[in-house]
Amino acid sequence: MLQDILAVAEYVDGVFRKVSFEALSQGRRMADTLGGKLVAVVLGDEVQDAAKQLAAYGADRILVAEHPDLKDYLTETYTHVTAEIIQKEAPVFVLMGATTQGKDLSAALSARLGAPLATDCISLRFENQKLTITRPMYGGKILADVVIESSPGIITLRPNAFASAPASGAGQIESYPVVLDKPRTSCLARQMEAAGRIELTEADVVVSGGRGMGGSDFSVLEMLASEMGGAVGASRSAVDEGWRPVSDQVGQTGKVVSPNVYIACGISGAIQHFAGMQTSKVIVAINKDPEAPIFSKADYGIVGNLFELVPAITEEVKKLKNS
Amino acid sequence: MDIIVLLKQVPSTESIVQIAEDGRSVKTDDVNWVINPYDEFAVEEALRIREKQGGTVTLVSVGTAKAVEAIRTALAMGADKGILVNDPAIASCDGLGIARILSTLIQPLPYDLIIAGQRAVDDENFLVGAAVAEFLNIPFMSLVIKQEINEGKIQCHRTIEGGTALIESPLPALFTTQRGLNEPRYASLPGVMKAKKKPLEIKTLADLGLEAPTPLLRVVAMKLPEKRKAAKIIDAATPHAKAAELVRILHEEAKVI
Repeated sequence: MLQDILAVAEYVDGVFRKVSFEALSQGRRMADTLGGKLVAVVLGDEVQDAAKQLAAYGADRILVAEHPDLKDYLTETYTHVTAEIIQKEAPVFVLMGATTQGKDLSAALSARLGAPLATDCISLRFENQKLTITRPMYGGKILADVVIESSPGIITLRPNAFASAPASGAGQIESYPVVLDKPRTSCLARQMEAAGRIELTEADVVVSGGRGMGGSDFSVLEMLASEMGGAVGASRSAVDEGWRPVSDQVGQTGKVVSPNVYIACGISGAIQHFAGMQTSKVIVAINKDPEAPIFSKADYGIVGNLFELVPAITEEVKKLKNS
Repeated sequence: MDIIVLLKQVPSTESIVQIAEDGRSVKTDDVNWVINPYDEFAVEEALRIREKQGGTVTLVSVGTAKAVEAIRTALAMGADKGILVNDPAIASCDGLGIARILSTLIQPLPYDLIIAGQRAVDDENFLVGAAVAEFLNIPFMSLVIKQEINEGKIQCHRTIEGGTALIESPLPALFTTQRGLNEPRYASLPGVMKAKKKPLEIKTLADLGLEAPTPLLRVVAMKLPEKRKAAKIIDAATPHAKAAELVRILHEEAKVI
């Protein structure tokens, strides 16, 4: 129905992505504003049991599309099934997380359905029932307010930019009958880094190192991140030096993170680095150079040797946790 | 192997971006224009594939007259020819409109592979590559850090959260680039000289039989992000005292841990 919100939840390796709950919570608020229903959609292979969790975030209905060919994400299979569901349900907005999957799927859906796409959004608000969406452009140097001129409008949400909140929904589970032709593409393998690592874009705490690390030993940062339940990132210089993999890079040509706390260690603070972390709630800078540009854009700064400071912070966090 | 690269000219990532008088676009006068960094990876990868397998590399772009510079730069890197769609009507286009123009342009051309940047660093839409693939009805793979082509098939290592997925697709296909795919070469001086003589066609929407697409997404206002005040510098006698004070502030004042 034209005031309904459809939220696509992403279920990978036995868990829903955190941003999927954020999308559902945002969808719940929008459905309430518009007087519509929140319809959750889950694609995968044997995901019905897991799908029940989505009721706790306010889903009125939960559509479950199961098929062996939906086990791994492929643009063509996921686009086919999701587009069909959108056409059948005719929601006014479709929400999903701006993950590697969400950005890929939303773009393909936008073209398939001729539906406008606003990607990597950081705030949504209704003014006279009309939705205004804020999204960063130019690497976050500009925040643009955009409006969508036709429905359905597809919106992806930057992870950690929206709160998730439990809400009661009827959570009625419905099986969606999947009919798929043999896909042209196939997923031959997935290679994951060490298990149990917290994904940088979803972490509540990010501890990043730059040129000031002086080498590939990031163990002091890893210990602090682990103590705070966070992830380790890196500046472009540290990646270019080969100290950290490209997948750890935070910045305009790397990952964009929005944690509660971002701790920049030995990072001077190039404009491209800010683009990747400026939507963090609190930014802490640790640098031995009191003139480093990072101090002009951080909330809190400590001037000093990071190899003394970071272990001391780790110790203090441990004390706080035990108190 | 005939390869098409989607190319966009954008302000360099070092550029200071200012909002124009109308409040919903950016000033373009003092900007340093470059090839979108992700498109540079695409040009480089196309050249490497051509070096191995032979064939041609064709650049296609939608932009203003100034975008000729970006195309010439990529020609100087080694691409064979360029086509620019330059039409006043494109100013109001959204990403879907641009993709519609590009796919109409590409449709009659011979191609085995299309490579695009994962996104342009100005609009940050992540849309055009996927949409061109969709309009041409060819397989699409995004965020690729490594690829191999064998016997009419391409295998792409696609970045996913915490790892990579290996996707295989028949050709023709379209993939988008991720940092880590390669290190783009610089244009050599002989390359720059040669580029001046390489074919560069300029077309209008009418040449493609298209009318200006109606934008479905509209920017109504732009603002600068709220500036953070300069950091509160935490000072104390020892590193331990500084650390203790930081953790106290994060816990008690900022309430984030």
